[in-house]
Amino acid sequence: MPQQNLSLNILTAEDDPDDCLLVEEAFQECSQENHLFFVEDGITLLQYLRRQGSFAEPASAPRPDLILLDLNMPHKDGRESLAEIKADPDLRSIPVVVLTASNAEEDVFRTYELGGAGFITKPASFQGMLDLARGLNQYWFEVVELVKNDDI
Amino acid sequence: MRKTVKPVVFLMADDDPDDRLLIKEAFQESLISNSIYFVEDGVELMNYLRKQDEFAHPTDAPTPDLILLDLNMPRKDGREALAEIKSDPRLRYIPVVVLTTSKAEEDIMRSYDIGAASYITKPVTFDGLVEAIRGLGQYWVQIVRLPIIEKAKR
Repeated sequence: MPQQNLSLNILTAEDDPDDCLLVEEAFQECSQENHLFFVEDGITLLQYLRRQGSFAEPASAPRPDLILLDLNMPHKDGRESLAEIKADPDLRSIPVVVLTASNAEEDVFRTYELGGAGFITKPASFQGMLDLARGLNQYWFEVVELVKNDDI
Repeated sequence: MRKTVKPVVFLMADDDPDDRLLIKEAFQESLISNSIYFVEDGVELMNYLRKQDEFAHPTDAPTPDLILLDLNMPRKDGREALAEIKSDPRLRYIPVVVLTTSKAEEDIMRSYDIGAASYITKPVTFDGLVEAIRGLGQYWVQIVRLPIIEKAKR
């Protein structure tokens, strides 16, 4: 089991503030070790990752170990963002897990085809979200080795 | 969390017969899935996925839902096989999890870079392996939803 994933930077791209809050509370409840960051659409996500615009200061945008990506967002949706991340040599090594209200088979297939590391339909309850945060923590913290990341 | 409707088919590429046996036992122990198939190197892996040569009969090689890939194998290693899978439009949707003894930072970086969905270092003890396989199964079978592969593709 890996020892070095002691604290993860998790970046969530989600346009619904209520869903952001659910993610935040669930992750905080199951581990104090995570650093959570939020962006509200695909354009902001790519700006964060490339440290452009309001993210020009490196400390304002630590490199994430894991990205949780909503599919349906304004400006630039999750599908486009995922394709862009996976086509960028500086970003493609970051695992992206899709977390969406969508249940469409096409979205599932497309996610993996574009290089997603998981497709998850958003749980309907807080308890479901809590179980999910625990499961994600366990897998990405304890089972998997991630690329070494010195940010934060 | 999703209820499993059909057994998830795993395909493991590993050249070490002892490791294959251990993985098989760890799968049984962790009750993840009994549907695990094995190939011994990258050449065999690609033949299996493309249903060529010894895998030409459709029932011999059910399309896997997830590939477990060792990195160091003869003939064609895991890095080459991974790159080939991820550049093949008919195969690239299948998630590939690297499962290897290597802990080298370069292998971790490289694997994610060429499209691995996860990278797992093989634990040295059997208990550790069972735990890792259980964690793997929990994530890929219970937490995430995998694409449904139509019968035609199987």
